Amino acid sequence: MIQPVAFLQAAASPLVEHRVADMFKPLATPAHTVFDLSLLVMGITAGIFVVVGGLIIYAIIRFRHKEGGDPDEPPQIYGSNQIEVAWTVIPILIVFALIGVTARVVAGVQDQAEPPGAIHATVIGHQWWWEFRYPDYGIVTANELHVPITTGPGEHPTFLKLESRDVIHSFWVPQLAGKTDVIPNRENTMWLDPREPGIYFGNCAEYCGTQHANMLLRVVAQTPSDFADWVAQQKQRAAVPTDPQLKQAQRTFDRLSCIACHAVRGTPAFGVVGPDLTHLMSRQTIGAGVMENTPANLRAWIDNPQAIKPGCEMPDMKLSDQQLDQVVAYIETLK
Amino acid sequence: MSSIDFPLEFPHEKPSEFSFSETLYSWVATVDHKRLGLMYITTGLLFFVIAGIMASVMRLQLAFPNQHVVQPETFNRLFTMHGTTMVFLVGMPFVAGFSNYLVPLMIGARDMAFPRLNAFGFWVFLFGGLILYFSYFGANGLSGAGSAPDVGWFAYSPLTERAFSRGASTDYWAIGIFVAGIGTIASAINVIATAVTMRCPGMTLSRMPLFVWMMVVVSWLILLAIPPLSACQIMLMIDRYLGGHFFDTQAGGSAVLWQHFFWIFGHPEVYILIFPGWASVSETIPVFSRKPMFGRSAMVGASVAIGFISMSVWAHHMFAVGMTSMANTFFAASTMLIAVPTGIKIFNWTATMWGGKLHMTTSMMFACAFLLQFLVAGLTGIMLGVAPFDWQLTDSYFVVAHFHYTLVGAMLFAVFSGIYYWYPKATGRMLNETLGKIHFWFLCIGFNVTFLPMHWLGFLGMPRRIYTYAPGRGWDDLNLIASIGVIVQAIGILAFVWNVVRSAKWGKPAGDDPWDAWTLEWATSSPPPEYNFEKVPVVRSSRPLWDLKHPQDPDWKYE
Repeated sequence: MIQPVAFLQAAASPLVEHRVADMFKPLATPAHTVFDLSLLVMGITAGIFVVVGGLIIYAIIRFRHKEGGDPDEPPQIYGSNQIEVAWTVIPILIVFALIGVTARVVAGVQDQAEPPGAIHATVIGHQWWWEFRYPDYGIVTANELHVPITTGPGEHPTFLKLESRDVIHSFWVPQLAGKTDVIPNRENTMWLDPREPGIYFGNCAEYCGTQHANMLLRVVAQTPSDFADWVAQQKQRAAVPTDPQLKQAQRTFDRLSCIACHAVRGTPAFGVVGPDLTHLMSRQTIGAGVMENTPANLRAWIDNPQAIKPGCEMPDMKLSDQQLDQVVAYIETLK
Repeated sequence: MSSIDFPLEFPHEKPSEFSFSETLYSWVATVDHKRLGLMYITTGLLFFVIAGIMASVMRLQLAFPNQHVVQPETFNRLFTMHGTTMVFLVGMPFVAGFSNYLVPLMIGARDMAFPRLNAFGFWVFLFGGLILYFSYFGANGLSGAGSAPDVGWFAYSPLTERAFSRGASTDYWAIGIFVAGIGTIASAINVIATAVTMRCPGMTLSRMPLFVWMMVVVSWLILLAIPPLSACQIMLMIDRYLGGHFFDTQAGGSAVLWQHFFWIFGHPEVYILIFPGWASVSETIPVFSRKPMFGRSAMVGASVAIGFISMSVWAHHMFAVGMTSMANTFFAASTMLIAVPTGIKIFNWTATMWGGKLHMTTSMMFACAFLLQFLVAGLTGIMLGVAPFDWQLTDSYFVVAHFHYTLVGAMLFAVFSGIYYWYPKATGRMLNETLGKIHFWFLCIGFNVTFLPMHWLGFLGMPRRIYTYAPGRGWDDLNLIASIGVIVQAIGILAFVWNVVRSAKWGKPAGDDPWDAWTLEWATSSPPPEYNFEKVPVVRSSRPLWDLKHPQDPDWKYE
């Protein structure tokens, strides 16, 4: 009996939530490489700011005309070629140094070869939610991207293929990597290798219409064994309810037009317009991060999504209270 | 050309009583470059107030997390109209207005080369602006489209395609800006023709005021930059109404194609917007430092160089779209290279002040704040030019901070410097200096309180164009500070509006040359007569009035 309890406790111990997506606290290689470069760039620009800004402020204070002072005009200086050359050449040298470093980092991040054994995921942007597919495992999920952490040999980074169903979105989780646009009729790629388990927050970073603000993103980085457990669990079909009331609830769900848009694997629901609901209850949020996934919130969302996320594609289905109860009860079984 | 002998005294226009309709008619039918210039600038200032109010509503919405001041659709319309208005209906008329008013006066010409084209340009521009704003009444859309355009000021496809932007709001954006662009092109052709053909005797290109030089460069940029925008707007209309598929990704079109077209326009455009600011301070800093422009020819060279390089940096707006590493590196390099001539400008302005006697008028204070804020904008621009850093910063609030430092902190402050400087010439009356200093300090402090924190919002991962945000993401305090700054700025702008209105009637009479300045516009009366100069002036240096005032030590001995 002891072991399962310990296991349960370990599984229940919540991952650290990185709600504040501070790009200067990078926790993956791409973000870290950019961070190192940004320190150099900010060091140089700060130095220039102090020197040039200091000279400007000094000039403003030092050369102020005082009331009642000498009324004569100051010496008329027209310029100096030596000085012009100096302040042309020095910036050119700084710029060339920066270009060299930039070129190296661009190639280092962008042209990173995919190592054997990398995890693959396809990110599909939708107005206004994220679909994640794992072609190697046959998993489809939404809004929370699960990836394994990478700390040593035998652990693998995740390579993302970015596609869009409608307009341009942008995948941005600042602590893991810079953003890459998610563009329809075009395939982009990026990669992540989080170092620490945790939940990393991000947003859609390209304006994509009414609910751009609520197209939130979470990356759940897990230890490889937790990730494997998650994959195994997600691979399963939806549990078939045995309780007669829940059976009735499922029948109600299957007869409503929910299934025109949503899929529940192993049932007649295989809509592809909205998020896959097969394991909805394993996700932390609903509505692409707009609210926590609690039974009360779920009920409010299904009752009238337009009140919570105005303009989103899911309509108010005008369900009766009874239908609402049944749909919520059924969805709560989709663990 | 033996002597400079044009008179400093001019017969002033006789004041006479006109009825309201006669006055109105005289303004509507005018082809006078000065009146058109003032109409451009006044229109720009009116649109500035409208778009500023829009920005205030957005800051109210974002002051706290989960606010419900406006609906999401309304917020999206607000930032679209705010950006479109500020760029096309505030920045562009400042370019046209300042060049219209000042270029003929500075080169000793009687009017622009094509006065009627000039009037046509203004009215077409205004018509374009009104088309855009008519969308609030005329563009009834379906769900998600609404009244005014809500696609962002750069209107990325395929969000603008019919599948995602139903109704007519996007059409108002495309057609309104297209029409306004025709007016802008007309005005640019006019400025080039005027500066090339109508300079007074003795005014070689090397003696042409820096202001005019910069306006010529900016006019070339307009001629090169607006056509790609017009082209892609027409392509968009073909997509929307004639079944085209240029940007229609669902039928194999390219979303990235729009971005290339737009930014080939869009990046020169931001230089177009800042140029009148640069041009203004290139006149005000020397006059209020009592020294000639340091390194005049280097300034001209830097302006022309910026003009050229700015045509080759457009894709730095697109580092995140997944270009090849080669393309990203190229555009990072060209972007950083543009920092060199820009730096030369800042150094030359500073060197002009060095060793001078700075008269801290309101105009000069705006010019000094311009220098420091433009320095910040330039340096954050370098940070954005470093492509990998841009992957983090682009489309975040850092970018919002950066371009507001460029377009408000630099361009607008420099334009205010110019307005305080030339208002006496245009009206014959001085702006009130006390109100001017209230304007300056409130705007300067408010501006920095609003936009400095936005850099950190970007570092903390706040994307731009979101209508709301949840608490706990580290954004709450900084957003509140930014919103408080808006109130401070608004007080400054109110002081300015009141100053402009009251000084027109009750301001201290200015006289012809209140600043003891050196360029030709100060050699005629304030306001100048319709024909500008009674006798065609003859110049021998870039500072003709300096030569006149200091016959023992004229500039032409050194140039």
